Amino acid sequence: MSIPALEVEGLSYHYPDGTEVLRDASFHIHPGERVALLGPNGAGKTTLVFHLNGIFRPERGSVTVAGLPVEDANLMEIRRRVGIVFQDPDDQLFMPTVRQDVAFGPANYGLEGDELEERVTAALSAVGMLNVADRPPHHLSLGQRRRVAVATVLAMRPEIVVLDEPSSNLDPASRRELAAILTSLEITMLMVTHDLPYALELCPRALVMNEGSIIADGPTKEILSDRDLMKANRLELPMGFDPNLAS
Amino acid sequence: MHIPDGFINGATSLGAGVVAASSLAAGLRRAGRVLQDRQIPLAGLLAAFVFVLQMLNFPVVGGMSGHLLGGALAALLVGPWIGLVVMTVVIGVQALLFADGGLSALGLNVINMGLLTVATGWLAFRFLMIVLPKNSTSILTAGAFGAWLSVVVSSLGFVGEYSIGGVGNASLSTVLAAMAGTHALIGIGEGLITAGVLGAVLAVRPDLVHGARIFGISRADTTLLSRRRVALFVAGGVAVAALLVTVVAPLASDDPDGLERVAIDQGFADEAQDHSLGDSPLAGYDVQGVEGDRMGTVVAGLIGLGATFVAGVAFMIVVRGKRVRSNH
Amino acid sequence: MAGTHTHALFVHGDSELHRLPASPKLGALGLFVLAVVLTPREAIGAFGVHAGLVLLGAWIAGLKPMFMARRLLIEIPFVLFAIFLPFVGGGERIEVVGLSLSIEGLWGGWNIVAKATLGLAASVVLTATTTVPDILSGLDRLRVPRLITSIAGFMVRYLDVIAGEMHRMRMAMLSRGHNPRWIWQLKAYTASAGALFIRSYERGERVYYAMTARGFTGRIPTFDEKARPADWARALSLPAIAWFAAGWGVVAG
Repeated sequence: MSIPALEVEGLSYHYPDGTEVLRDASFHIHPGERVALLGPNGAGKTTLVFHLNGIFRPERGSVTVAGLPVEDANLMEIRRRVGIVFQDPDDQLFMPTVRQDVAFGPANYGLEGDELEERVTAALSAVGMLNVADRPPHHLSLGQRRRVAVATVLAMRPEIVVLDEPSSNLDPASRRELAAILTSLEITMLMVTHDLPYALELCPRALVMNEGSIIADGPTKEILSDRDLMKANRLELPMGFDPNLAS
Repeated sequence: MHIPDGFINGATSLGAGVVAASSLAAGLRRAGRVLQDRQIPLAGLLAAFVFVLQMLNFPVVGGMSGHLLGGALAALLVGPWIGLVVMTVVIGVQALLFADGGLSALGLNVINMGLLTVATGWLAFRFLMIVLPKNSTSILTAGAFGAWLSVVVSSLGFVGEYSIGGVGNASLSTVLAAMAGTHALIGIGEGLITAGVLGAVLAVRPDLVHGARIFGISRADTTLLSRRRVALFVAGGVAVAALLVTVVAPLASDDPDGLERVAIDQGFADEAQDHSLGDSPLAGYDVQGVEGDRMGTVVAGLIGLGATFVAGVAFMIVVRGKRVRSNH
Repeated sequence: MAGTHTHALFVHGDSELHRLPASPKLGALGLFVLAVVLTPREAIGAFGVHAGLVLLGAWIAGLKPMFMARRLLIEIPFVLFAIFLPFVGGGERIEVVGLSLSIEGLWGGWNIVAKATLGLAASVVLTATTTVPDILSGLDRLRVPRLITSIAGFMVRYLDVIAGEMHRMRMAMLSRGHNPRWIWQLKAYTASAGALFIRSYERGERVYYAMTARGFTGRIPTFDEKARPADWARALSLPAIAWFAAGWGVVAG
């Protein structure tokens, strides 16, 4: 068995006011896997995501990325290995032009000149956004901005990409285009989402999280077909959607 | 009011540029201690926030509107040093990108709308808080007063610069008092809004208000000033305005102007002297027929106050007309 | 929300001026404005030279006269003030078609209108031929402190976002029948401004997290343009003429 791309072991965390957000959460993801992280609002998904690259530190438990534990000493390397695509691309795209934004990450790691340029071009081509490289991010549509946000993370050549609600607020065409791009990337992926058909389409495996713990872990189709599990965790498929007939 | 190129002479503008640059350097140095990594994007967001607030018209009377300067508010929300840096960036971007205010007048505009508003707002606030009880009502009261005073002092900054280097030659203590009087009225809006915004933030995230944090106030008792306090504040502003225009202006016109004395000391004597002779446009108050007549000066002052307001309305109409056209 | 559209300032084109790097253009603009401001008001000829230079710049950049005229509207309040001056100014007066005008006031008004218009027009030519990101990196080249250009960059980036949030709050208020006309109806305005501040602050924190997630350690990398001496030479040729004209005005006056 290869080294997991991401290994989360017994993770626990409280808010300063005492609320328990993460409770002994454990799972691991192998290289090349695409995994959906499902769960109701307030399940602790976003808190978990911020633990993956060391913005939050665990009280108990550990996070390991491709064999490297999340610790102060290797924070920079961890942040290169874990690419997070934020839910609101406006939070992520802060530089004056798309090109500069995609270059921001690799430049922080000392890349410059032609090497940096190649990295940026490759990342933008991968999401089909090379033609907007010199435009300011806020002139793009939401779908375009989200694709650029993915590129900013790809440019860092991460071990794993974590996407927070990638399909939210997208029109159906943009949602479909993004799905095509994400499946074409051949990269390890953890996708936090409420969009269950999207999870089924993109991720063969799914995790269900509730009240800070991983409740279920298995093939996405099986999880979505388990009515009791779905109901217990406030997960609902769109009206008339049958996971066994889809895909 | 953004000063354009050519309104104030080159020497004064350059001098103001030096003053503004040193204040910015001081601000950066002091803010640098608190301006850690995380606050760079934060300061940028706050600059955008101030810019948007400045563009947003609030109602004054019957559909006529004004807008916020925001220096005092920025100082109270994020502290004087970051506030100064933020205001400087706002004014700089307005000049360079939006051609709002001349490039050569950038220093003047930074002094009037950044340095003076932030410093006055903050110092007046701190000063009042010495005597006021340490609670959220006091924060709003002191904030409103600081914001009101910041507008008045900002207008004095403009008059001061004009008297030193105004190319349209006007320099009079009468004008000074009239400008201060007008802005004592305008400042009421700034004060009320500053208090209102502070109250709104205190109610939800008291931890984000620098002016409250330094006094350990982490809970808002009230989020709005009482009606009585607001009435008092408005009445006070109006009274000061009336006092400046009817009493101080005529009195001041009898004495040599303190600013002119400074101007003479600084070697601007020739120009300043010319101005003090009263050969200036706005000296029309004194010169035309009512010279020496105190009552005449009072009337002139009041007319000046009215004229400034009419000009303000005209300005608003023009600006609003422009906004509508560009609103596609 | 109108007015924040920074992209409305830039006019796409491929002129000589568009291609020049930003730092020499900024330097040239600064020197030009300085020359204008220092020109004595009596040196009418020098102002003619300045105006010719601005028109030349606008022509090279391919800017339409209507575009320039529209952008110049911003100075109307000061033009009004300048028109006011000859009527109220003191000193000697002259009769012009039945109106008694102050000579001093006329000169004062002329001085303001001429210099403000020239300064404004020159700025408009710069922003019409240089994108905002280029202006920021140009300032960086000109040794404006990195902290300032970084903050300005974030500000420009989020102007539209914040203006959009404010606009949505305003629409929500209007939709519920709130359309304030008097200053004592300010409560909703201040409440939304307060909410806007909190949103801006919280977005600032999220942006910081997003930066940290990509390895930010306190220094924003720059991607500045490289200006060659030839670029500087070409850019500075315009203000050089302006300085010559201004100097000639001083000597002749």
